Amino acid sequence: MTYSYYPGCTLKTKAKDLDRYGRLSAEALGVTLEEIENWQCCGAVYPQASDEIATKLSAIRALDAAKGKGQKLLTLCSACHHVIKRVNHDMQTDDNLRLKANNYLKLDEPYLGEAEVVHYLEMLRDEVGFDNIKKAVKNPLKGVKIAAYYGCLLLRPSGVMAFDNPECPTIIEDFIKAIGATPVIYSQRNECCGGYISLEDKPQAQKRVDAIVKSAMDAGAEMIITACPLCMYNLDANATEHRLPVKYFTELLYQALGIEEEKEGA
Amino acid sequence: MSNNITTEDILRISGVDTRKCMFCGKCSGTCPAFDEMEYHPHQFVYMVQWGMIDKLMESKSIYKCLTCFACLERCPRNVQPAKLIEAVRQAVIRQQGMNHMTENDIPGLLEDKLPQQAIVSAMRKYKK
Amino acid sequence: MQKIGVFVCWCGSNIAATVDVKAVANAMRSEPGVVFSTDYQYMCSENGQNLIKDAIRDYKLDGIVVCSCSPRMHEATFRKTAMAAGLNPYMVEIANIREQCSWIHKDMPEGTEKAMVLARAAIAKVKKNAPLTAGTSPVTKRALVIGGGIAGIQTALDVADAGYEVDIVEKSPTIGGRMAQLDKTFPTLDCAACILTPKMVEANQHEKINLITYSELENVSGFVGNFTARIRKKARHVDEKKCTGCGVCTEKCPSRKGLNEFNMGLNTRGAIYIPFAQAIPNLAVIDTSNCIHFKTGKCGICEKNCSAGAIKFDQEDEIIERKYGAIVVATGFKPIDASYFDEYAYTQSKDVVTSLEFERLMNAAGPSKGVLVRPSDGEHPHDITFIQCVGSRCSHDATKGKEYCSKICCMYTAKHAMLVREKYPDVNVHVFYIDVRTPGKNFDEFYRRAVEQYDVDYIKGMVGKVTVEGKKLHVQGSSLLSNDQLHIYSDMVVLATAIEPDPTARSIGTMLTASMDTNDFFTEAHPKLRPVESPTAGIFLSGVCQGPKDIPETVAQAGAAASKVIGLLSKNELVGNPCVAHANELLCNGCSQCERVCPYGAITYVEKEVRGPEFRGVKRVAQVNEAVCQGCGACTVTCPSTAMDLKGFSNNQIIAEVDAICR
Repeated sequence: MTYSYYPGCTLKTKAKDLDRYGRLSAEALGVTLEEIENWQCCGAVYPQASDEIATKLSAIRALDAAKGKGQKLLTLCSACHHVIKRVNHDMQTDDNLRLKANNYLKLDEPYLGEAEVVHYLEMLRDEVGFDNIKKAVKNPLKGVKIAAYYGCLLLRPSGVMAFDNPECPTIIEDFIKAIGATPVIYSQRNECCGGYISLEDKPQAQKRVDAIVKSAMDAGAEMIITACPLCMYNLDANATEHRLPVKYFTELLYQALGIEEEKEGA
Repeated sequence: MSNNITTEDILRISGVDTRKCMFCGKCSGTCPAFDEMEYHPHQFVYMVQWGMIDKLMESKSIYKCLTCFACLERCPRNVQPAKLIEAVRQAVIRQQGMNHMTENDIPGLLEDKLPQQAIVSAMRKYKK
Repeated sequence: MQKIGVFVCWCGSNIAATVDVKAVANAMRSEPGVVFSTDYQYMCSENGQNLIKDAIRDYKLDGIVVCSCSPRMHEATFRKTAMAAGLNPYMVEIANIREQCSWIHKDMPEGTEKAMVLARAAIAKVKKNAPLTAGTSPVTKRALVIGGGIAGIQTALDVADAGYEVDIVEKSPTIGGRMAQLDKTFPTLDCAACILTPKMVEANQHEKINLITYSELENVSGFVGNFTARIRKKARHVDEKKCTGCGVCTEKCPSRKGLNEFNMGLNTRGAIYIPFAQAIPNLAVIDTSNCIHFKTGKCGICEKNCSAGAIKFDQEDEIIERKYGAIVVATGFKPIDASYFDEYAYTQSKDVVTSLEFERLMNAAGPSKGVLVRPSDGEHPHDITFIQCVGSRCSHDATKGKEYCSKICCMYTAKHAMLVREKYPDVNVHVFYIDVRTPGKNFDEFYRRAVEQYDVDYIKGMVGKVTVEGKKLHVQGSSLLSNDQLHIYSDMVVLATAIEPDPTARSIGTMLTASMDTNDFFTEAHPKLRPVESPTAGIFLSGVCQGPKDIPETVAQAGAAASKVIGLLSKNELVGNPCVAHANELLCNGCSQCERVCPYGAITYVEKEVRGPEFRGVKRVAQVNEAVCQGCGACTVTCPSTAMDLKGFSNNQIIAEVDAICR
């Protein structure tokens, strides 16, 4: 299976690990990621105002590129996934946006929301299958208690994101089980880390992060994993009272699959 | 100050129908930024509906929303208060000289680990 | 030449305000075949009807058109009028110039023109009408009640007391339903079991009532007065005749994995069990999915310990097929699945329970023997928070929940709050509410007692999130009146979950061709005037299957449904509808398409000798059972060879109407 891949700005800079481990693991699982050409920043936040057009164009270009290749568009960063998936939904449902965006972009043929946006985790679940990942795991992370941190952007609004049950998600927990570790369920796993508020009001972000980390710790977690660079930053840099190691899920996948040793061995 | 922004403007920008609200307060019950806000999500619905737009535009509350979509997801009436807050914020920063944060503020906020995503988000949220 | 009479009704100002009735009557006078045309203020009044009768006699009319309200309102009236004057009732046509004309137009010339067009269409049709005679069908004097909760029990008792046989088919091993699970009832706080179990016993002992428990309806065919139901009586693996209900087997059973349904799964039961102490019938049943014998072939401890020799591992399902004159739906409700509202941590903490679970936790026969303890650790709670409207009153485009108010939650929450405070004055009780809705006799007084006498802390606002924090539940909600976000650390959280129709209702509705709304509640024939009847003749509605209601309302409706059933069963025969399908055997090509679309199973195929100008010999042709056919017309539009036609609504008649409209 080959996907069009949209890495996004942060995965090229501060979150290189999320990208690198993601690519290597996909390769090991027989999934080809073709980075789309000349992609532009998605804007990082979905423009909620109904009259925003220009701020959605870069996402539409990426979607059109995937459509041109006849591939699904795979994302890894939660924010990119959120923006691109929602803009795609708008292109499917909002006549006004569809008309104006196409008039502006002057594509070979109008883009009408044909591409399918898939998050890396959804690819693992629906394309590879967690059972197959379990079979492919060489270094199961036995006994490690891991808290899945979903945050906001993957789950909400559930009507559009259709990622998982927004209040009781299981996809990352299933992933944790597949790599041999033990998932920890805690109430704050789908509550906000503070996001960009860190720039405006650091104490507000710290308050959020402390609540999340405490909730995970109380449930017995030894580690938190996430799919979002901004969540990663907040959970790490804005933790004050409590602290847990925070990792990208792709890094654990990479470890569990034993890719490193394979390469060293070869 | 009068911004000449009306209820209709906010409803148009946001695409929200405030009449759907039954004022249960679940949005404000779930909001993680409640303590930081002067006006809370359910008050945005009420105040937009009754034309108290200036008060909202002048309030710091519009910069405290985390855009976490908890209110939007959990609202039993699908009112989408987050969109109202966003619309009021847009109504402010779209005015001349009303940017809440600009590129010039960024160097002072930079940290080693801070991802680009945070800066891009802030520019989108606070500046036009 | 036919002689047609036209009668234009004013309906006071309902029609006359928008339609020039005199102009319509005048215009129709010049229609070919019309020998009499007039208008009158209220054609349905006795004077109006006399006017029609006189005209039929004086002008020797052989067909009449009444331009009035919808045929649903007064077609029957005018048919009787015609019959009284010696005219066949099916020589009457109604032109609906009220609902389909005057009520939807504002402009008089426009309304008048449309009324004339509708009248011409009816005239064109009546000219092609033929006298029809309705057949009769006998009434089977036995009723079937689907569901053995309080609604079904009450309907069955009332019908049986009138002297008719009633079967109650109940899917679980005992009757009693949801009411049996309740601890106390509002607003009197009398014990639910104390008032329900006598009725259960009465139903069991009634010589006219036959309980068919642990059984499911598989198929229903036939029509009003003549239904045939096939019921699957599931194997209990216990001989009903031998089992004495002593309960020894249930104690000895080594399997303890089955979740106790009666206690909402809060504790477990044996694989062989009796649902609860007052179960009726008081018989054991084996849950084969948990029985060691059924899983491994070993064990058999129940069999060894049964002194009556009642255990029958090889017992098989039994099929009962029986005829009924009337069917009552009393399928009841269940609380919605609270796990979709996991912002309240229902799946994350045992201490977050639904109200029905709380009902069991408070009940003396419940898992904690009526001592209120936290399910997680058995400790006494100090703070309990109730959350109302969980899944009720949600908008149609919200991600989850029901649009309707579940009606009973405000009252049972007040009841729970009061009972807790009464029994355990040391427990603080908080109730988050949006509105407190208490329309009902002594209901608001009851709620006020909870506030004023029992000091229940009512908070106007909604909970946004419940998080598990150590042994406590952190309830984060809004208090709208103080404009605060509250953080209440509770030992238990009780969710007043919305109620929804029992999941079996949909398939039963399909079996009965009884219409349902988008929420799967059964639709009544008229929301005000026929609230306990389904639009499908012979099907009646009892209890929450029709919409949320409390016990007194359910019992009232159950009695009303029973009186309708009694009215039907008291008749020896029913006059049928002569507007049924029939097949032109010469045209029929034997394709079977009509048979497949017929929702009533009224069409069968036979090999028959047919003699016509072009064909003579034996061929396969459709045959309509006129007693079963309901005249829906599905076959007539499906038939590729125009062999199927509907009496009273023939293709000819409808084309004549269309031609008249397009003239």
